[in-house]
Amino acid sequence: MKRILYILSLLLIAVMPVRAGEPKAEDESVDVKGIIFEHLKDSYHWHILSTNNKEISLYLPVILHSKVSGWHFFMSSKLGHEGSYEGFRIAKEGAYAGRLMEVMPDGTELKPLDLSLTKVALGIIINCLLLCVIVMSTARWYRRHDATEPAPGGFIGLMELVIYMVMDDIIKPSVGKEYKRFAPLLLTMFFFIFLSNLMGLIPIFPAGANVTGNIAVTLSLALVTFFAVNLFGNREYWKEILWPDAPIYLKIPPILPLIETIGIFTKPFALTVRLFANMTAGHSIILTLTCLIFITAKMGPMIGTPMSAISLFFMVFMNFLELLVAYIQAYVFTMLSAMFIGLAHPEHEHKEKKEIEN
Amino acid sequence: MDLLNPEVGTLIWMLIAAGIVFFILVKWGFPVITDMVDKRNEYIDKSLDAAKQANERLAGIQTECDELLKETRAEKARILKEAADRRDEIIAEAENRAKESGEKIIADAREQIRLEKEEALRSLRRQVAELSVQVAERVVLKELSTDDDQLLLIDRMIDDVKTGK
Repeated sequence: MKRILYILSLLLIAVMPVRAGEPKAEDESVDVKGIIFEHLKDSYHWHILSTNNKEISLYLPVILHSKVSGWHFFMSSKLGHEGSYEGFRIAKEGAYAGRLMEVMPDGTELKPLDLSLTKVALGIIINCLLLCVIVMSTARWYRRHDATEPAPGGFIGLMELVIYMVMDDIIKPSVGKEYKRFAPLLLTMFFFIFLSNLMGLIPIFPAGANVTGNIAVTLSLALVTFFAVNLFGNREYWKEILWPDAPIYLKIPPILPLIETIGIFTKPFALTVRLFANMTAGHSIILTLTCLIFITAKMGPMIGTPMSAISLFFMVFMNFLELLVAYIQAYVFTMLSAMFIGLAHPEHEHKEKKEIEN
Repeated sequence: MDLLNPEVGTLIWMLIAAGIVFFILVKWGFPVITDMVDKRNEYIDKSLDAAKQANERLAGIQTECDELLKETRAEKARILKEAADRRDEIIAEAENRAKESGEKIIADAREQIRLEKEEALRSLRRQVAELSVQVAERVVLKELSTDDDQLLLIDRMIDDVKTGK
């Protein structure tokens, strides 16, 4: 308890300078929504930190293809504060707010094909490389050691523990008989999501991109599941979709087949939204609590100091909760993917059912 | 809301980057680990089986040993008993023999004694007879004056000899 108090008081001291430096901005109100969305959304540069006078950002390449003016390559530093360059402008509002739009001569905006290496794209690449390094270095140990040697300790032992937790808890029971075929894919999926979730929680540069809170990323992961399910689904699976065991009047106007067909697409959609929404919500809460410090700091030291302490406490709590969520969401995504794959191989169960009926 | 709008560029980056990494890990990453761990599990199972069998065999050997020991003990007891029996038998036999031979010796000795006694008696008798004869000679020489007396004496002497015998 003493130690906790000690740490809290230390953290309070760390918060003080922020409060002291604030008065000059007293006339500006804190734009909570703007801050949160700035962190949640993708951007063309990677903001690392702000000092009193300048902001340190990593500027990323912008790659655009417009139907009107063809390919454009430039660094995002050229966009400047206005956010416009070479006839492109960052949209302030609308469906593509925050993305670069081509300004037509008549003033309308046209969405170009945007292949820019954005913050999220760079985050994806960093996470992918990190994942590759982690897993391949683990695999290297296994390649260099014999099965008769004692089990590894340390990090590799931890990896083995997690891999076999996923294997035994998720993959084996959910996929069923053919689990070995899909295990590597599902393991990769689990580790990618888990690592990305964790990286999203670390606020400093190489980490910190909101990868799994980006709907395009979760959509891609769900697409992997979608293809794994539908490309490797067996005949029974397609039969259950197109001609299920149901009364004939449910099939002749194809009500059930229609529902089942929609089901093919709702499954990955649910996966997409679940992961995206969970990560977005977690990040939003942490960011809101962070902003709370800056808001209450304006109300003077009497309110600001205890509120900052409370916010800090909740931020720590939320971060722990997010650690849990990072794991749970990776677990859930992998488990649902494994279950969908398992459902696409119903032959075994079907035969058993028939045997029982007979 | 733009947050819910999947951006094509991000999707493409993700599909390329994650696609490559997924391919690498699915092909060369995880299978190596899972195969090896499966092999190790198999090895552990086998080792456990072997250990179990070895234990069983050890237990078998133990009981075998115990049985052997028991058997040996029984054998030892039997041999000891046999030896004791044999000893008793030998002793009894020896005793018998000793007795027999003793008796024989005693019998022989008795026979010898009897014979010697007889011999002694015989020689004694002879001596007595000789002495008697000498005495008689002298008596006869002295008393051979009367015939009647002489004849009476001879008769009496013959009777004596007869009854003395």
